[in-house]
Amino acid sequence: MQTKRMTFSRSWLPYALLAPQVIITLIFFIWPSFQALRQSVYRQGDAFGIRPPQFVWFQNFQALFADPLYLNSLKVTAVFAIGTTLLSMSVALLFAVMVNRMIRSRDTYTTFLVWPYAIAPAIAGVLWWFIFNPSIGIMPYMLDMVGYNWNHRRDGNDAMIMVIIASAWRQISYNFLFFLAGLAAIPQSLIEAAAIDGASRMKRFWTIVFPLLSPITFFLLVINIVYAMFDTFGVIHATTEGGPAQATNILVYKVYRDGFVNLNFGSSAAQSVVLMGIVIVLTVIQFRYIERRVNY
Amino acid sequence: MVENNRWGNFFAHVILILGVAIVVFPVYVAIIASTHPPGTFVRGVMPLWPGTNAWENYTTAITEGRSRAGTPPIGGMMWNSFIMAMAITIGKLSISIISAFAIVYFRFPGRIFFFWIIFLTLMLPVEVRIVPTFQVVADFGMLNSFAGLSIPLIASATATFLFRQFFMTVPEELMEAARVDGAGPMKFFKDILLPLSITNIAALFVIMFIYGWNQYLWPLLITTDPDYYTIVMGIQRMVTGGDSEPLWHLVMATVVLAALPPVLVILFMQRLFVKGLTETEK
Repeated sequence: MQTKRMTFSRSWLPYALLAPQVIITLIFFIWPSFQALRQSVYRQGDAFGIRPPQFVWFQNFQALFADPLYLNSLKVTAVFAIGTTLLSMSVALLFAVMVNRMIRSRDTYTTFLVWPYAIAPAIAGVLWWFIFNPSIGIMPYMLDMVGYNWNHRRDGNDAMIMVIIASAWRQISYNFLFFLAGLAAIPQSLIEAAAIDGASRMKRFWTIVFPLLSPITFFLLVINIVYAMFDTFGVIHATTEGGPAQATNILVYKVYRDGFVNLNFGSSAAQSVVLMGIVIVLTVIQFRYIERRVNY
Repeated sequence: MVENNRWGNFFAHVILILGVAIVVFPVYVAIIASTHPPGTFVRGVMPLWPGTNAWENYTTAITEGRSRAGTPPIGGMMWNSFIMAMAITIGKLSISIISAFAIVYFRFPGRIFFFWIIFLTLMLPVEVRIVPTFQVVADFGMLNSFAGLSIPLIASATATFLFRQFFMTVPEELMEAARVDGAGPMKFFKDILLPLSITNIAALFVIMFIYGWNQYLWPLLITTDPDYYTIVMGIQRMVTGGDSEPLWHLVMATVVLAALPPVLVILFMQRLFVKGLTETEK
């Protein structure tokens, strides 16, 4: 790793400068993660200290992957993450392409489209929960007119659709900004050349613009999956609470429930370890992509 | 554009206006709902035009909250959120700028090792290690305190990276000149590096403030005393506290108040926000 050609030399100063960050990282990041690893291979003792914690190798993990509730949660998380990512990215791309055509109104539209990013996932959840409220919400009212009986309190699919919309909504702003920046960076001469060759608008988009956006699309794909898997706890907790009948019980919500409500620390720790594995894989993918893009 | 397509542009405007309407709609509904008296929400469909109860709803929310369900007044919760967001923001910025300074401007044994320790925090979001982190904070006796709300969240790999990237682009000559003039490292940092970084600091400030204000899971875990509730997590108590339907007029007034500060920050500092967002994630 590079530094400056010329550096200051002080024996203790750099350590002192790094100390706050490193100490906080060790205490609140590394140590708890290590604890999670440790707890994941122990069966917890009872509250009275009669039966001490016992080393059980990988039993917690075996139990986890044999548990139909956990397998269900994995499936739910996959559906939720893919749904949220596709919805927010496709809508954002559409908006970005349209705004990119504008000259005078570009900034106005951008301003109107970016601010939902400021709204916390939990609040976004509550907002859509209100709109979809089966007794007074406007969406069930409108759906009723076309003959659909919406009830996310009983129907798992309805609940899933609601949390996907709520989670994707605020992420549209984020994706929009990145797509817009990406579109602005595409050389106009390429598009003009294709137009002279007689390519239609649609053809130009799919054969030139979209492939040139692929690095950004891929980057956003990873970021959005990470968002949907880890940052949407608030959406679930403030609205459906994993229900009805486990239909929206995503992994991060399950870790929380099993750890803090059901007090099953062994299983919760094993779930934490699985989640850490997922984050590490996603982060590595993201960094490999960044390296590749730098080499362009 | 290549060709001037009048119908195409018209079509694009229609899509965008519809799109903006859909994006704005949830917040519009919240603002409308927060102006109606409680009776409106008993039956029928929710209103789409403003009511007359705005003043009353907002004063009730700010000064009383929903005391019977154990939710404190919103005013106090907003103050707590503000303190937490500021502590996280300032904490993150200061510890990451000095560690980036150490990593870029010094050569010392263990440098790479420390860099990797900081980097690891990227891979370990709070959500994946909830229980043990909670135990650590509880062991330190930091439950129900502002220290507990903010300190565990102020380590930031992204801010450190951003400052590192930026410092690498600062011309070498500046430091050489400072050294020739006899300035020590801290004087160089304070008088040259810090003023140069001011735009980056401001951009990160916007992002970090929003991040801090919107914290949900962490305050939920470590605050049991209503005096330390923050507004974003407090909403959940308002929605689920009690057995009946939520008091929608108060909930929506709270939603509007909770969303207002970060939204204002984005609207007034849009340029810095965009800069911060697109640079921190790369």
